[in-house]
Amino acid sequence: MTAIAVAATINGEATSFLCEAEETLLDALRDRLGLTGAKEGCGTGDCGACSVVLDGRLVCSCLVLGAEAEGREVETIEGMALGDHLHPLQQKFLDHAALQCGVCTPGFLVAAKALLDQNPSPTEEEVRFGLAGNLCRCTGYDKIVRAVMDAAESMRDGR
Amino acid sequence: MSETGIGARVKRVEDQRFLTGQGNYTDDINRPNQTYAHILRSPHAHARIRSLDTAEAAASAGVVAVFTGKDIADSGVGGLPCGWQIHSKDGSPMAEPAHPMLVADKVRHVGDQVAMVIAETRDQARDAAEKIVVDYEALPSVTATDVAIKDGAPLVHDEVALNTCYDWELGDKAATEAGFANAAHVVKVDVVNNRIIPNAMEPRVALGDYDGSTGDYTLFTTSQNPHVIRLLMGAFVLQIPEHKLRVMAPDVGGGFGSKIFHYAEEALVTWAARKLGRPVKWTSDRSEAFMTDAHGRDHRTHAELAIDGDGKFLALRVSTLANMGAYLSTFATSIPTYLSATLLAGVYTTPAIYSEVRAVFTNTVPVDAVRGAGRPETTYMLERLVDQAAKQTGIDRAELRRRNFIQPEQMPYQTPVALQYDVGDYPAVFEAGLAAADYSGFAGRKAETESRGKLRGLGISTYIEACGIAPSAVAGALGARAGLYESAQVRVHPTGSVTLFTGSHSHGQGHETTFAQVVSEMLGVPFESVDVSHGDTAKVQFGMGTYGSRSLAVGGSAIYKACEKIIDKATKIAAHILEASEADIEFKDGNFTVAGTDKSMAFGEVALAAYVPHNFPHETLEPGLDENAFYDPLNFSFPSGCHICEVEVDPETGVVDVAKFTAVDDIGRVVNPMIVEGQVHGGVVHGIGQALLEGCKYDENGQLLTGSYMDYTMPRADDMPFITVEQKSVMGASNPLEVKGVGEVGAIGSPPAVINAVVDALGPLGVSDVAMPATPMTVWQAIQEAQAH
Repeated sequence: MTAIAVAATINGEATSFLCEAEETLLDALRDRLGLTGAKEGCGTGDCGACSVVLDGRLVCSCLVLGAEAEGREVETIEGMALGDHLHPLQQKFLDHAALQCGVCTPGFLVAAKALLDQNPSPTEEEVRFGLAGNLCRCTGYDKIVRAVMDAAESMRDGR
Repeated sequence: MSETGIGARVKRVEDQRFLTGQGNYTDDINRPNQTYAHILRSPHAHARIRSLDTAEAAASAGVVAVFTGKDIADSGVGGLPCGWQIHSKDGSPMAEPAHPMLVADKVRHVGDQVAMVIAETRDQARDAAEKIVVDYEALPSVTATDVAIKDGAPLVHDEVALNTCYDWELGDKAATEAGFANAAHVVKVDVVNNRIIPNAMEPRVALGDYDGSTGDYTLFTTSQNPHVIRLLMGAFVLQIPEHKLRVMAPDVGGGFGSKIFHYAEEALVTWAARKLGRPVKWTSDRSEAFMTDAHGRDHRTHAELAIDGDGKFLALRVSTLANMGAYLSTFATSIPTYLSATLLAGVYTTPAIYSEVRAVFTNTVPVDAVRGAGRPETTYMLERLVDQAAKQTGIDRAELRRRNFIQPEQMPYQTPVALQYDVGDYPAVFEAGLAAADYSGFAGRKAETESRGKLRGLGISTYIEACGIAPSAVAGALGARAGLYESAQVRVHPTGSVTLFTGSHSHGQGHETTFAQVVSEMLGVPFESVDVSHGDTAKVQFGMGTYGSRSLAVGGSAIYKACEKIIDKATKIAAHILEASEADIEFKDGNFTVAGTDKSMAFGEVALAAYVPHNFPHETLEPGLDENAFYDPLNFSFPSGCHICEVEVDPETGVVDVAKFTAVDDIGRVVNPMIVEGQVHGGVVHGIGQALLEGCKYDENGQLLTGSYMDYTMPRADDMPFITVEQKSVMGASNPLEVKGVGEVGAIGSPPAVINAVVDALGPLGVSDVAMPATPMTVWQAIQEAQAH
């Protein structure tokens, strides 16, 4: 097997890495680039813990090959905050205690950001459907949905 | 109340790292020169291993070693122990067959571990495992408890007759029979508490390491109780003394019970790391999680309730078949007995109760504690029984409950099934539940639902739970092979900041916040000056870990005790420096003051003095400010509550929609309301999942049909409503913080509320019972069957 050289933009920075042909983007992010925020919860695209945004589209990074990132833009949880300044979604998750064990949280935040990028004013139902691809065993989703709606409101108000 | 003390909605300090993707979970950890393990697992539910050939696998690219059950047996290490011994009615000890790390002769469930391949990469290990040739002689298998106990059923363990682990009883059989002799009504139910698969979102991981230069072992593992793993694995399996074995459970992504237990993979990677002189890492994939994480529930129960002419409960008799799976997991044997049958009184005054439990081996994944552990099973059966009793006696279901509640003035209340409830006000909690759920407005909501062509039902459940596990003397008398205290160490640093070392383990509960609130409140130091350290046996002296909603009631009490010792010692120091007698020193809001004077020292000044003891009388006053405490609870704690669910059912499709859910719980003192709400939300949704969506299924050959998220339905955001959560706290619990526990209440109270609501909705169609999970198919079939009659 020969490793493939991949050049991609990851969280706004030009990045190159080597990966095997069969290696998932999730494994490349975690094992090659040390970006361990995305988690493997199932490896089959059912739980959303590995969510990243690829060229503006929400994907399960366990279902994308690392080599497919060539020439594309990848956004992960590690790029969401600006230095010490949390993204409004992160801040509202903190304010509402919308996380417990934290393992699904990066995926929820990435998915919620993708939702709000598409729809800045979602109803409760739209938030619930928008996040239905992400599993959480701890929170019962209650505080997550409230935090996302609260974040949407504060982002609309430009706060 | 301060803004960060006990009772404040403090934002969680652990969240910064989780929100930014900086959490440090076991799979995020790698060691230099690390190898990767893959476990070859049985594809059969039951089969004899005729032969096993590893030659081709061992010669595969990147393979470092292949180990089999024979290697394990030859090395002389022990099997996985069970931590609780139950005795049968006849006094004989339970059957306790060997539970090897890798099997050598016979596999007993799909997923049973057969061999371990270790290679340079995970893929190489996985590929090589496929080259191991195992010649299996398939044997007939059994997965259902009611079949397993029949004559002629396949034997999971050849030496265990009728697959019976134990046949246990509790309660006064004669008094119970007498109660039935006087009954005006006898109500009977048969309920199945469906097998569920825990599904913490972080799969299990174990990373073992060995330092040949010192003889020190290290294990990183996804555990709720690293010290328990060190004790079980070190003392019973691998024979490594504690001082040479460090177990770390860093950030852990949810447990729900499934990460209490000592699993084979933990011992395998630690054992292999020594053999190879290299770190060995094993990461479960989700498929393995489904077929190796201990499952929960799987009880079949027949229960009968005797009632007099006024609707008073006279006696209860209960017979349960409990599935143990193929082997005894760490606490499996205690779940249907001491964590379940001892709560059969519920919140009712039933004077006579008799329970028998038969625990059964089957060719399934081992069954052990999952969120609630025994308490959900009892509550579900009782609350279905009470609703059935209301129907049969014609007494309104709320009224029937009111007539039978234990009253607050009866506290402490000795139940006929061993436990003594210390405090509680069940009528008040019940009325608060009805009010919060707008019970009186149900008719209007029902009419509105019916105007849309759907059915609406309301279900009530009340529950009691025994948390704060457990007084060691009681647990020991009942067969526990461990004490169930907790430890804490409060280390005050010279400038007054504090590190708390706790034997509890946080895997979502928010201990780093809650425990710091307790320390801050007690010592009067700023919340930000307190750090909480947990999950590392090299840092924390000892710990029994986190399960059974015990962390705050037991671990928190240990913290309380250690803080009291700190205050005592600091008082001595302040008295010395302020030249007063100890008795005259008052400690308040972080200041030590000589009573009646303005002579005072701040906590930080006393801390500094403790470490700069220039004029201490060293015969009577030691330098330093660092105190240990162990706390062994005096009694269990008893949260209780009333959960009310409203569902809408589409009679055409059988789809059940949870329209409204209200949980009112008495959990005693609340340290952080925001965290408490989240715990209740999570538990309620876990319970709704069990009631409507989640059901583990095996086929007739013992194959696990629900082995992925495509086949096993987890609750998702779009399945759930917002949940109304309130507390009706009754103080006086038997621990210094007067806390009761909250982690499991949701999972205990919600399933019967949901099913009672579904049955209520379907009542007009003639349906009197619906099994869990009440999937659209199950509900639709129940409707069709009722209509056919």
